[in-house]
Amino acid sequence: MSNQDFLALSPYITITVGILVQLLVVSVRRGRTLAMVTGVLVLVATLASLPLGLGAGAPVVTEFLRLDAYAAYFNALFLFAAIVTAVLAHKYLENRAGEPEEFYILLGTATLGAMVLAASYHFAAFLLGLEILSISLYVLIAYTEEGHPPLEAALKYLVLSGVASTTMLFGMALIYNATGTLVFSELASAFVSHPRFELHMMLGQGLLFAGLAFKLSLVPFHMWTPDVYHGAPAPVSGYLATVSKGAVFAFVLRYVVESEVLSNQVVFTVIAVLAVLSMLFGNVLALLQTNVKRILAYSSIGHAGYLLVALLAVEVLSDHRIGAEAAMIYLAGYFAMTLAAFGVVTVLSSAAAETDAEEIDAYEGLFWRHPVAATVLTLAMLSLAGIPLTIGFIAKFYLITAGIDGSLWVLVWALVLGSAVAIYYYLRIVLAMTRSGAAVQYPYATQTSEGASILVMLGVVLITFGIYPTPLIDIVRNVLGSE
Amino acid sequence: MNLLALILLVLAGGALAWASERVHASAPRWVALVVLFVAGAWVAWFWLNPVADNIYAELSLPWIPRFGISVYLSLDGLSLMLVALTLAMGVVAVVSSWTEITAGPGAFHFNLLWTLAGVVGVFTALDLFLFFFFWEVMLIPMYFLIAIWGHENRGYAAMKFFLFTQISGLLLLVAILGLVYANYDVTGLLTFNYDELRGAHISEDLQFWLMLGFFIAFVVKLPGVPFHTWLPDAHTQAPTAGSVILAAILLKTGAYGLLRFVVPLFPEAAFDFRWPAMLLGAVSVIYGGYMAFSQSDFKRFVAYSSVSHMGFVLLGIFAWNQLAVQGAVVLMIAHGFSSAALFMMAGALQERLHTREMTEMGGLWVKAPRMGAVALFFVVASLGMPGLGTFVGEFLVLLGAFQVDIPLTVAAAAGMIIAAVYSLSLMQRTFQGPANPNVGAMRDFGARELSVMILMAVGLIWLGVYPQGVLDLSSPVLDVLQVGMR
Repeated sequence: MSNQDFLALSPYITITVGILVQLLVVSVRRGRTLAMVTGVLVLVATLASLPLGLGAGAPVVTEFLRLDAYAAYFNALFLFAAIVTAVLAHKYLENRAGEPEEFYILLGTATLGAMVLAASYHFAAFLLGLEILSISLYVLIAYTEEGHPPLEAALKYLVLSGVASTTMLFGMALIYNATGTLVFSELASAFVSHPRFELHMMLGQGLLFAGLAFKLSLVPFHMWTPDVYHGAPAPVSGYLATVSKGAVFAFVLRYVVESEVLSNQVVFTVIAVLAVLSMLFGNVLALLQTNVKRILAYSSIGHAGYLLVALLAVEVLSDHRIGAEAAMIYLAGYFAMTLAAFGVVTVLSSAAAETDAEEIDAYEGLFWRHPVAATVLTLAMLSLAGIPLTIGFIAKFYLITAGIDGSLWVLVWALVLGSAVAIYYYLRIVLAMTRSGAAVQYPYATQTSEGASILVMLGVVLITFGIYPTPLIDIVRNVLGSE
Repeated sequence: MNLLALILLVLAGGALAWASERVHASAPRWVALVVLFVAGAWVAWFWLNPVADNIYAELSLPWIPRFGISVYLSLDGLSLMLVALTLAMGVVAVVSSWTEITAGPGAFHFNLLWTLAGVVGVFTALDLFLFFFFWEVMLIPMYFLIAIWGHENRGYAAMKFFLFTQISGLLLLVAILGLVYANYDVTGLLTFNYDELRGAHISEDLQFWLMLGFFIAFVVKLPGVPFHTWLPDAHTQAPTAGSVILAAILLKTGAYGLLRFVVPLFPEAAFDFRWPAMLLGAVSVIYGGYMAFSQSDFKRFVAYSSVSHMGFVLLGIFAWNQLAVQGAVVLMIAHGFSSAALFMMAGALQERLHTREMTEMGGLWVKAPRMGAVALFFVVASLGMPGLGTFVGEFLVLLGAFQVDIPLTVAAAAGMIIAAVYSLSLMQRTFQGPANPNVGAMRDFGARELSVMILMAVGLIWLGVYPQGVLDLSSPVLDVLQVGMR
């Protein structure tokens, strides 16, 4: 490896060294605030090193990784989400017994795993990144130890995630058997048409996508999502919904473009069916919930379905541009609005309480009690529902555009139908906040300036890019243009 | 820059109104009034200084070049009238809620002004993306007006209002994108510009489906039977100012959409669709009137009568000749005045009697003669008395429709008789008839309420005796839109 390769790897090196530094700091001096500050510093330093890595001009580092602008774009999103999570968790973990240094260290390792996923160009790198991410998440989900739900959630996630990983491994083995390579871009050309291999290839892709569908929580592999999002501490749920999903999607998008797997009609149809089911079931099931975290969990299932529309458009359109562009814009928007929604839940909750502020009744009259939190949650809900003035609308506009440009009419109608249903449950939360009822009071629902400023920042992001998305569009187009 | 500045002025006024709450509880009302008057003067200035033939102001700035989306605003005669109506009704809304809204007056006037800004945007936007943007933006503050300051069943009504309009909005979005990409396939030019999309060559099949998407979205807002069910709930539960804005302005955005977009963008498909559309119009006239007659809630009554009147508008637009379309435009303005006045009356009664039930009213004329006289005037205006604006509008629509389809015209004309029946029965049940023993003394209209009512009455009389002013402004636009050219 040359110097340039190391320079290209600098974000990965920064975060790895940073995690080690965090470990050393713990042995010297302990403290909640110190842990948060060092954790955030490491993430910020990594974020700052992204341009450095890109400037190295060596995107191909071994067969495993592609450290291109595409990876950097997603890495920036992951780091942004991790920073938001770290800051919001500070107050959340305040009244928990013991010092929470591990939380920030695990947040760093999870983010490292996500970064590896975004850059992976080889099945080995993919598996490595996925496991670093998942294993960190097992611990994070169970982190609060208070009561039974976090443990249940962690165990569920551990078992099911393990099964999904092994399924994918088996799928990769079959694909390797059919092609003799694990590099994405070589799969298509190395595949020899032969009845036996064709079966292996199909089966392998099927198993691989089943595991991915689990990670993306697509119907019918979604069962774990509401329980885990519900049981996990609120900041971790937000991280899970954004970084974990976004990293897997970043991989899927690259994999699909490089391996041309979607040109297979069967795979294409199966994914289209998963998309339609997720859009419809995710949103319909959310109607039945009264728990905000569960509502957001089901809504994230629907949003995963929306994302697949962009993925399928990538295949249909002759230039992959608008499909990939739609997916990347959508993910950026989805990150901001999901973090804002879970951020509000986090700000109102504490790890020391038995449950988070998650029942919809707890949000009654929030406009009068916590105007900032209520306004940001309203923006997040409108954005998730795809209403103009917010980034969610631009994102949905992109998806519908990609779908119509690719003539994916069935998917577009499922998207419209799903969004129509979704408006109801998002608005229910807004409506609850406008009511002046006697709300269930949660302890620790105090506002800190750090929490409020993060929320305001997210709210500003939602609105700014909702009104003037051109800078974001330019960035994404530059990223795709340089690929 | 002027038009955008006008919209920004109203938006900024909303923010200022909210902030001014800290100074004094009444400050937001004054801020809102001043902003609306300044905006009104600005529009008058546009009117007196046209920039080109029948165009009073125009603006085009790049916004999202990736998709050929620009901030393209234009004010022609039709837009000018509707924008003026919007601002005038904004003043009515502020005045009518002067004493009604006590909780959070700052936030209330913020939402009010933002709704108005959205509507002004809808009436001036000529970029389809921008139009859709404003179309949705005007609904969010309206939703909050109903959800926070509405009456007993506000949550349900607000939700229903939002769901109906958002779902039809999604339909509109898909149709817009379908049109844009159909045009892109032919010309290779990605644009949301109205002028460029007007000439798009689209296959007949696709044109029909796209037209239907636009049509349904606008008819939901109009509202036409069978998409009207959100309206009685929203109108009834909204605070007075909300009802005034809904009836006087928001319904007009639906009619405006039909005139501005459905007919010019899809002339062939819309022409082929004129029979079902006219039928829907006639059914709305009769059904709305029938339902109005059987209501006992004052506001529900006015809401259903709006369905009936807007049925005439639908009939007029799709009768596809100049007379009927001009009648529809006159009726849009006249209905703005009369429905706003009736909702203001309903609000005033509710503020005094704490009920909207007509069974709990009766013989109110004796207690409040000024209110009685005002109510009689607007009831008579609503039933289509010659000499007032509504009559001119409905007469022109019927005259135009008669040349096209006699049975439907006869049916709609019967709607005018039903209008007389339900309107007079309203008068009988509230202000006339035996006095309700449960009603004590009642405050009559003061100068504040009376002055607004008289202004609207003058507007209706002016429309009734000299509709030529409106016709002169609208007919060059309607000619350009090619409505009624066949």
